[in-house]
Amino acid sequence: MSDSTARPRAARRRLPRVNPVWLLLAALILAIVFMNPGFVEPTGYMNFLKRAAPLAILAAGQVYVIVSGGFDLSVGSLITLVVVGSSMLTNNDPSATVWVIPLMLALGLGVGAVNGAIVCFLRVPSLIATLGMMITLNGLAFLWSGGAPRGYLPDTFRFFGRELIKDVPLVRFIPVSVIVLVVVVGLLTWLMHRTNLGRQVHAIGDNPVAARLAGVAVNRVRITAFMLSGLSGALAGILLGGFAGVSTDVGTGYELQAITAAVLGGAQLLGGRGSVPAAVGGALALTAIFTLLNFLGLPQPVRQVVQGLILIAAVALAMHRREETGT
Amino acid sequence: MKRILLATGALALSLAPLHAQNFDDPEEFAKQKEQLAATPEGPEGQPWLQHIGGEMVETADLGLSAPATVCFSNAGVNNPWRVVGYTNMTEEVKNHESIGNFIHVDAEGSDDKQIADIDDLLAGGECDVMIVSPNTTAALTPAVERACEAMPVIVFDRGVNTQCPVTFIHPVGGYGFGIQGAEFIASKLEQGDNVLMLRILPGVDVLETRYSAGRRILDEAGMNIVGAEFTDGDNAKTKSIVEDYLMRGDIDAVWMDAGATAVAAIEAFEDSGYDIPVFVGEDQQDFLRKWQDEGLTAIAPTYPTYQWRTAIIAAAKVIEGEAVPGPEWVLPQPAITQENLDQYVNPAMPPLHYAMCGCEEMENYPQAWGGN
Repeated sequence: MSDSTARPRAARRRLPRVNPVWLLLAALILAIVFMNPGFVEPTGYMNFLKRAAPLAILAAGQVYVIVSGGFDLSVGSLITLVVVGSSMLTNNDPSATVWVIPLMLALGLGVGAVNGAIVCFLRVPSLIATLGMMITLNGLAFLWSGGAPRGYLPDTFRFFGRELIKDVPLVRFIPVSVIVLVVVVGLLTWLMHRTNLGRQVHAIGDNPVAARLAGVAVNRVRITAFMLSGLSGALAGILLGGFAGVSTDVGTGYELQAITAAVLGGAQLLGGRGSVPAAVGGALALTAIFTLLNFLGLPQPVRQVVQGLILIAAVALAMHRREETGT
Repeated sequence: MKRILLATGALALSLAPLHAQNFDDPEEFAKQKEQLAATPEGPEGQPWLQHIGGEMVETADLGLSAPATVCFSNAGVNNPWRVVGYTNMTEEVKNHESIGNFIHVDAEGSDDKQIADIDDLLAGGECDVMIVSPNTTAALTPAVERACEAMPVIVFDRGVNTQCPVTFIHPVGGYGFGIQGAEFIASKLEQGDNVLMLRILPGVDVLETRYSAGRRILDEAGMNIVGAEFTDGDNAKTKSIVEDYLMRGDIDAVWMDAGATAVAAIEAFEDSGYDIPVFVGEDQQDFLRKWQDEGLTAIAPTYPTYQWRTAIIAAAKVIEGEAVPGPEWVLPQPAITQENLDQYVNPAMPPLHYAMCGCEEMENYPQAWGGN
C-alpha cells in the first residue's frame, strides 16, 4: 500500500510533467529526419505543416465538443459539403470567393448550431445526433453534385490551401495554410484556456448538474462548443479544397481522425478534460505517423497494421502517464 | 518499435500468398495486347457499336416482342465513372422504341443488395430482358444464373463465372490499360529513369491487372521504379505522396492506374517547383485540360464509358431478334494521345467527366452530363 502511494510522487520527480503527445511527436519527427534528412529543410517541415493544417484545425474544434462531454461526427461530411458547395457556387468565377468563403463559414456555424440544438433540446445523444447529421450532409453533397464534381475551385479560393508566401527570412517561404493554422489555433487556445467560456466548457463536461447549479448556461455553452467545431470543419474544408481541389469524398474519415488526435492529446472522452494545443499536437503526431510510414516504404497492409498499433500504444501510454503523474 | 515493425512485416508477408489471386496472367496479357492492335469490326467512328473478334449469337429464337421491359441491376452509381456511364445509358434508352419500359435498381456497391435486387426483379415478373453490371464477379454468379433461367441476360463491365448470359460486353481490359500507359513511358524515357507508380487500392481485379501489365512493361524496359503507392483515390493523399517522393529524388514519369487524382499529382510537381514529367492519366476532363494548357508529355488510356450505351443497344437487339456479338462482345479501348487530344478536351464539361463517352452526338449532350 505504502509503496503504491509513494510511486506517483517519485515518478513526478523523475519525469518532467510534459504531455506525452509532445514526446511522441518529437520521437516521430526524429524518426522522419533519420529516414529523410531533407525534412529539416523548409520544404520538408513546411510541407508537413501545410498537410497537417486541416486536421489540426479540425482537432482544435473537436476538442471543444469532447471536453463538453460530446462527439462531433459530422465534421467529415461537412468538409465534403463545403468543398462541393464551394465549387458549385463559385462556378469558375474568381470574384465569387469573396462571398462564398464567409457563406461557408456561416454554414459551418449553422450546422454546429443545429447539432447543438438537437443535443440540447431534443435530448438526442451527440453520437447519434451528429451521426445523423453526417449522413444528411453526405446526402446533401451528393444531391448537389450528382455524385461527381461539377466544377473547379478558382485560384482565389485555393489561395488559402495552396499558395506559399515567398522570400520570408529564415524559412524562405510560409504556406498560407500554416498562417491560417497559427491564427485559428491561437484564437481557439485563448478561448479555451484563458476565458470564462473555456472554464464553462470544462465544467459542463465534468459535471453538467453541478455546472448548472453553479449558474452556467449549459445549453448555450454546449451549442457554442458545437458551433466552434462546425466552424473548424468549414475552415478545414476550405484548406483541403485549396490544397487538393474538388472531390466528392474529400472529408471521409476526418471525423474519426480529429477525435483520435484530440484523444492522443490527452482529451478525455465523455468530457471534463482536454487541451487545444495538445489536440493540435495529436493531429501533428497523426500526420507524422502517416508521413513516416510513407518514407519507410512498407506495403500498404503492413502500414495499416503498424498505424493501428502505434495509435493504441500511444493512447495507452498517454493514459498510463496520466495515472503516474496524476495529471 | 523496430521489432514490432519486423514482426508485422513478417506476418503480412506470410499471409499474403494465401490470398493471392492471379492478376498477372501472361496469356491474358498477350491476348489483350493483341486485341489493342486489332482492327475492330463495325461502323467506323462509333466504337460503342464495334467489336473485336467476329463471333455472333442469334437471338431470334428468344421469342421476345417489342415493346418490352428492360430491367437493369446496377452495382452502383457511386463514382464519377459510373455517373457518366449511367447517364449514357438513360440517354441511349430514349433511342429505342423497342424498349417500352426501363427499370433501374441501384445496389449501392453491395453484393448482398444486388443479389436481393436481382431476385426481387425476377419475382416482380415485369422484366423481359435483364442487364447486370455485377458488383463482384464470384458473388453475383449464382444470382445471374437464376436470372438466365427466366429471361435473356446481358452482362457488362465486370464479368461473372458463367456462360449463361447472351453476351458479356466489356472493353479490352485492365492489362490493355496498363500496357498503353507503360509503353508510352518506355518510349519517352531512357533505361534507368525513375518512374513512380500510383495506385488506388489493392485487391480489385481490374486495377491489379492494370498494375501488373504496367509493371511488366516498365521492368522489361529497364525503368527504375522508385515506388508503387496506394492513394485511396484521394487528392490530398496523392499530392502528399508525390511531394514526399520529390523530397527524396527526381521523378521522370508518373504512371497511374486511374486518372481521377492525376491533376493533384501534377500540382505536387508545380507547387514544389519541378517540371512536370511524363504522365499517364485517364480520360477525365480535368486531366485533359491540364495536359493541353501545360503542354504535357502525356497519354490517357481509357476504360470507355460508352460500354453503358452498348448494353442498351444489345438489349434492344435481343428484343428485336437481331444477332449480337457474343458470347463476349469485346469493345475497342482507345487511348487519348497528343494527336487526338483536341478532339476530346471540352472546357464546358465537369472536371471528372470521362471524355471517352461516345456521347457527343447524343440529343441531350452536354446538359445531361452536367455540361453547360
